[in-house]
Amino acid sequence: MNRRKFLYQAGLVSAGTIAALGTHGWVARTPAANGRNRLIVVFLRGAVDGLNVVVPYKDEAYYEARPTIAIPRPGESGGALDLTGGFGLHPALASLVPLWQQKSLAFVHACGSQDVSRSHFEAQDRMESGTGTRVAADGWMNRLLGLLPNHTPTHAVNLGESIPKSLMGKVSVANLPLGRVANAAVAIDRPQISAAFDRLYGGTDALSKAYQEGRQAREKLLADLNAEMMEASKGAPSPVNFASDTKKLARLMVRDPGIQLGFLALGGWDTHVNEGGSRGQLSNRLKPLGEGLATLAQELGPVYKDTAIVVMSEFGRTVKENGNGGTDHGHGNALWVMGGAVKGGQVYGQWNGLTESQLHEGRDLAVLTDYRDPIASLLQRHMGLSKAQLSKVFPGFTPQSNLALV
Amino acid sequence: MKLRSWIVSLLLGLLLWSGFMGSSSANPPVVDSPRLTIAASPSPNQSAAVLHVLNRLSFGARPGDVDRVTQMGIETYIQSQLSPSTIALDPNLTQQLSQLETLNMSPPELVRNYQPPQVGRGKLSQEAMRAARQKSRRVMQQALEAKLMRSVSSPRQLEEVMADFWYNHFNVFGGKGLTRVWTGAYEQQAIRPYALGRFRELLGATSRHPAMLFYLDNWQNTAPNSKGARGRFKGLNENYARELMELHTLGVNGGYTQQDVIALAKIFTGWGLQRAKGKQAGMQNGFYFDADRHDFSDKVFLGKTIKGSGMAEGEQALDMLARSPITARRISYQLAQYFVADRPPQTLVDKLSQQFQATDGDIRAVLNTLVHSAEFRDPKFYNAKFKTPYQYVISAMRATGVDATAMTSGKNLLALYGMLKQWGMAPYGCISPDGYKNTQEAWLNPDALLRRITFATALANGRFNQGNPVDTAQLTRTLGNNFSDRTKEVLNSSPAALQASLILGSPELMRR
Repeated sequence: MNRRKFLYQAGLVSAGTIAALGTHGWVARTPAANGRNRLIVVFLRGAVDGLNVVVPYKDEAYYEARPTIAIPRPGESGGALDLTGGFGLHPALASLVPLWQQKSLAFVHACGSQDVSRSHFEAQDRMESGTGTRVAADGWMNRLLGLLPNHTPTHAVNLGESIPKSLMGKVSVANLPLGRVANAAVAIDRPQISAAFDRLYGGTDALSKAYQEGRQAREKLLADLNAEMMEASKGAPSPVNFASDTKKLARLMVRDPGIQLGFLALGGWDTHVNEGGSRGQLSNRLKPLGEGLATLAQELGPVYKDTAIVVMSEFGRTVKENGNGGTDHGHGNALWVMGGAVKGGQVYGQWNGLTESQLHEGRDLAVLTDYRDPIASLLQRHMGLSKAQLSKVFPGFTPQSNLALV
Repeated sequence: MKLRSWIVSLLLGLLLWSGFMGSSSANPPVVDSPRLTIAASPSPNQSAAVLHVLNRLSFGARPGDVDRVTQMGIETYIQSQLSPSTIALDPNLTQQLSQLETLNMSPPELVRNYQPPQVGRGKLSQEAMRAARQKSRRVMQQALEAKLMRSVSSPRQLEEVMADFWYNHFNVFGGKGLTRVWTGAYEQQAIRPYALGRFRELLGATSRHPAMLFYLDNWQNTAPNSKGARGRFKGLNENYARELMELHTLGVNGGYTQQDVIALAKIFTGWGLQRAKGKQAGMQNGFYFDADRHDFSDKVFLGKTIKGSGMAEGEQALDMLARSPITARRISYQLAQYFVADRPPQTLVDKLSQQFQATDGDIRAVLNTLVHSAEFRDPKFYNAKFKTPYQYVISAMRATGVDATAMTSGKNLLALYGMLKQWGMAPYGCISPDGYKNTQEAWLNPDALLRRITFATALANGRFNQGNPVDTAQLTRTLGNNFSDRTKEVLNSSPAALQASLILGSPELMRR
C-alpha cells in the first residue's frame, strides 16, 4: 500500500505535485497525549448529500446526473461559492466562507467508511465504533477519552438526548440535553431530594461512585449554564436552534478547560424526495448548520485555536438524482474539518471525477480516503497521541495517508 | 424516510416525558404525614432468599409476591415457573393482548396488510403514503405494548424472562426494512414457544423465520451459478452463516475457520422468503426453500462431509452446532452470567454444560440445575447483578403494582419507549446481532444512574398511575423490607413524601 500524502490541486493529482507538507507528521508535537486541546464532533445523521455541499462544479458528469438539483457554477444565479480547484460550497453555507478564507476550514472529499450496507443504523454504528466493518461495544471517542490525561466528570460532554455510540464505553461521559430542557430542573437538582440521594449513594462502591460523578458533572455543567444565562438575560430570549446549542457548548468549553471532547448530532439529512438545489429542503437545513458552526467558532474565542471540529455523516448519497427530485443512499461523502490549528483553505483527498467507471457500484461516489485517516491526523498532531495510542482508538487501522490537517 | 414520522412521534413523546418530569417534581405535599419507619425484618434470611428467587426468576416482586412465595415455598414456586402451562393466565392481560390483532398474524399476512409500498413507486398520493406508513407502525407499536404488558404483569414470569433472554441471543433489529412488521411475529412464533424447550428446536425456529433471514441477509444467499441466480440473488452471502456460528452457537473462539463459514453459507443457500406472488407453497410463516438457488455440492463443514441434498443439509448443520460441547459451554456461560453473576463461577458453568449435553439441550432441565445449584443460592451473589435499563424499569413498575394495561396505552407507551431508547435499550432496538448485554460494565455509568433516579421520582409521584402517588408502606412490604442499614437510616430520616422516590431510586432497586 502506498503511503501517499494526498492533496488535490487544480485538477492534477499526481505524486509529483504532492506538497511535502507534513512528511514528518508522524513525529508527535507533544511527548504525551495533550491535556489541553479540544475536539468536537458534529455528526450529521441521515447521510447528508456531500456532493451538494462541496460541489464538484468542474465535473460535467455532476450536471448530467442532477438535472434539477445540481448547484449551478459559481457566478451563476444560486451558484456555488467558489472554494478551490473546481470545488464550490453550497450557497446556504455562506456563513462559513470567512472561516474558509481565514484558512481554518477544510474538506476531505470522497471520504467515508468501509461500510457498504447503505443502512443508516448499521453505518452509523460502524462509523461511531471506529472498528471497520465490525462493531465494537464501545465508541472511538470513548477509547480516545481513556488515553487523555486528567479525567474529570466533564472531560467529555455530549449535547443531546442520549449518549451516542461514539462516546459509549468504560470512561464516564457527561450528558447535557439540548435546548431549553437543558436548563430545566429535574428531581435531582432539588436540594431536598439530592441531599437524600447523596446519602443513599454516599459509599465507595461502584454505584456510589457513578452517582457521585454524575452529580458532580451535572452540578458543574448547570453552574456554568446558569452563569451564562445570567449574563445573557439582559437580551431577548434566545432562539432554540443549532446555533444556540453550539453557543452553549462553546461557552461551557471556555469556562471549563477540563472539557476536552464534545459531541453534537443533527438529523434530517435523508433527502430521498424533493431535496432541492440551491434552494429547498437541503438548503434549509444547511443554513442553520453553517450558522451554528460559525457561532461555535466565534464563541470558542480564545479556545478556538486549540480546538478541532469534525463534521461527519455515515455515508453520502447517489450521484444521480432519483425520480422524486432527491437522492438515495450512497457511499463516499465529504468530511469537514475546522479549527484554529487546522490547515484550512484546502480540499483534501483524492478525486477521480464522477464518470460511471469511477463510481462505487456504478452509482455512488467512491470512498478513496477512510474517515479515520483525517481523524487520525488530528488525534496525532492535535491531541498528541502516539502511534501506539492511535491503534487503541482505531484498532486494526493503519492510516494510509499522511494528511497534515493541523 | 419511513423512520422520520416515527422519530417525530418519539420526540413528541420525549417532550411529553421531559415536560412531565418538570411538573411532577413540583412541590411535594407540605404537610408532614406520619413518616414510615422501616424496622428490621422479622426473618431476614428467609426473606432474602425469597427475594433473591423473585429477583432472578421474574422481573421483580409485585405486591403480594413475597407473601405468596413464602407461603407456597421457594421450591414450589420454582417448579411452577419452570412449567408455565401450570400457571393460570391473567384474564385481564389475556383480554388486553387479544385486542392486539397483529400479534398473531403470520409474516405473509403482515406484509400483505401492513407493509407500506416503496417510496417513489408512484401509485399512491403523499397523503395515502403517510396513512400507509402510519398503519404499518401499528405493528411495532402492538409488539411493544405486548412485550411491556407481559413483562410487567404476566404470572408466567420465567417464561417472559427467558423470552427476553433468547430474543437477545437470537437478536433481530426491528428497524431494518421488513423487520419493522415482522419483529413481533418473530418473538411470538420463533422465540416464546421454545423459551423453556429444547435448544435445537429454538435454533431451528429462528433459522426458518423470515425476520431472521431478512435481518441477516440470508434471503439473498444464493449459489452463484445456480438456476435462480439473478438480480440481487447473485451470490453467496455469509452474514447469517457467520453469526449463526459466532453468536448463536459456538462463539467467536469456537474453533471454526473461514472455510467453515463459506461451507455453512453454501449449505444455507436458498433458505429464504416466500415471494409475494408466485406458485411456491412456502411455509405458513413465510419461509421458503428455493432449490433453484441452492448449492447442491458436497461440503466439508467442521471436519464432516455434508452430502449435497437440499434443505436437509441445513438441518444437519444445525444438529451439529446444537450438539457441540462448545455450544453447550457457551450457552451455559451465558445463562450463568444472566442468572448468577457477571463473572460466573466456572464450577457452575461446568455443571450446566454437563446437564445441557446430558439432556440434549433441554433448557428447562439446565435451568432446574441452575436454580438448585450452590452457586445460585450463595448469598454472596444476592443482588450481585446490576439491572439493565429494561430490567430496572420493569422491576420498578412491578414494585409499585401499577396496572399493566393503564401503563402501556397511548402516551405512556410512547414515554416508556422513548425513555428506554434514550437509555440505549429500546426493545427490539439493538442494531447489531449480538443483542443487548446484561452486565454492570455495559450499563452502569453516571448519566444512567441519574436518569434512573429521575424516573424513580416521577414514578413515585404517580406518573403512571393517574397522578396517584405510590403507597410507601405497600412498596416496602412488596420489597420484603429488605434494605441495607444505610438505606434504612436514610429512609427513616427523610420526609414521608420522599420515601417512595428514595426506595424506587435506591441502590437496592438498581440491583437484582
